[in-house]
Amino acid sequence: MKLIIAIIQPEELPQIKEELIKRKIYKFTVTNAKGQGKEIPVQEVYRGLSHEVTLLNKVRLEIALNDDFVNDAIEAITKVAQKDGDKGRGKIFILPIEECIRIRSGERGSEAIG
Amino acid sequence: MDGIAKADSALFTINNVWMLVSTILVFIMHLGFASLEVGLTRAKNTVNILFKNVSILAIGILTYSICGFNLMYPGNFAFGEYFGFGGWGISTPEGSAGLIDYFNGQYTYFTDFIFQAMFAATAATIVSGAVAERIKLSSFLIFSTIYVAFIYPIAGSWKWGEGWLDSKGFYDFAGSTLVHSVGGWAALIGAYILGPRIGKYGNKGIIPIMGHSMPLASIGVFLLWFGWYGFNGGSVLSADPGNISLVFVTTTLGAAAGVLGAMTLSWYLSKKPDLSMVLNGSLAGLVGITAGADVISPMNSVIVGYIAGLLVVASVLFFDRLRIDDPVGAISVHLVCGIWGTLAVGIFSAEHSLITQFIGVSSYAVFCIISSFILFLSIDKLLGLRVSEDEELTGLDLGEHDMEAYSGFQIFTVE
Repeated sequence: MKLIIAIIQPEELPQIKEELIKRKIYKFTVTNAKGQGKEIPVQEVYRGLSHEVTLLNKVRLEIALNDDFVNDAIEAITKVAQKDGDKGRGKIFILPIEECIRIRSGERGSEAIG
Repeated sequence: MDGIAKADSALFTINNVWMLVSTILVFIMHLGFASLEVGLTRAKNTVNILFKNVSILAIGILTYSICGFNLMYPGNFAFGEYFGFGGWGISTPEGSAGLIDYFNGQYTYFTDFIFQAMFAATAATIVSGAVAERIKLSSFLIFSTIYVAFIYPIAGSWKWGEGWLDSKGFYDFAGSTLVHSVGGWAALIGAYILGPRIGKYGNKGIIPIMGHSMPLASIGVFLLWFGWYGFNGGSVLSADPGNISLVFVTTTLGAAAGVLGAMTLSWYLSKKPDLSMVLNGSLAGLVGITAGADVISPMNSVIVGYIAGLLVVASVLFFDRLRIDDPVGAISVHLVCGIWGTLAVGIFSAEHSLITQFIGVSSYAVFCIISSFILFLSIDKLLGLRVSEDEELTGLDLGEHDMEAYSGFQIFTVE
């Protein structure tokens, strides 16, 4: 069992979601996030003063999966996010999961994740 | 009842109704002020700002009934033509005849009072925006109470109460100076004595502190513009069709030209058109045309408004250079454009002299600067003017009120 945490650009979320579902990955959690990467800081103007914004809007995507789905998930995310090669495309982190419990039934392990 | 009497009575009723409609329009301007101030400041100070705005309105109206009205319209002056007091409270004129006779049969005593009372609170509300996000609530309320109860009406009596500036021929139709500059001077002194918000002027130069809701700021400006038809339209003091329609036209053209003026300069200076500046621009045009809305021709009102729009943008940047932190641009809108509008009467109206207008502007400057300084400094000494650094960082909502404005909403931390 693995936990994928991916930081992606907000506008890519709908397409990534579609790609995940195509690969039979139906369960994930999405959070709005602010993040700083290697991309060029954005200039914003407010009341005649321009200022640099480095913490930009991101989406944090969390997917818990059984091991044989991990590559599919990576592919779904990278396929969309790699499209243009510029900086700030995001990152994928993969962590082992110690235990997973489905609250409704009390099932544990890979049964509970699927 | 013969024909003429019938016509007169109909006219009296219409005048009176129009003045009361104007009163309602000026009332809604307070919601405009509140929305604009909330929109251009951070989410963590929202409760505090709304609290200030609603309490100033209440305090302004109450003090006006206790002493303000009779200080502003004393009837007879006690000291030169500088100060007079017509007695505490507002009194009921005798019977319906007394009500009708009150002002050449144009409107009743009560109408006069409530229209003027709605104005009075505006002067204090102007200060609120400039000192926002760092002033202690109690200290602010004490300042506003004294300012609106005594300073505003005494200053107002010089012109509208038929005092010495009125005798000199000074002209201020609906209050570019009497309301907007009087509030604006206090805003300037308040912002100066308080100092800037933490983080505004750092080592890396001037760092803008973004307001949290452009939609609210825009709603505020639309409401202010809407209410201004009562502010200026009601200042005709009758439902005289010719005058009211002229005032509506000059007021509207002034506001529209103000938008264009601010758009031109902010687009040119920052390379991108800045909504918050354009919003200020419409108010700048409105404040600018307020002094001469009934004596400046429609085409000249466009010039007055356009220049006000340019001025407000230049002035916002100028006060930032001076490191006087004004979160909503109140000093630029109300003080700078109030002065401009008052002087514009001397430029664009043949019957009024620029020198007299200048004397008026300077007299109000001296009186308001001195009284605001004394008030703010003594409150600072006695009670403290500014919240603690911790409280300012956490926000005045939790600090002053133990309350959140957006409980249940997710608010992002911004840089």
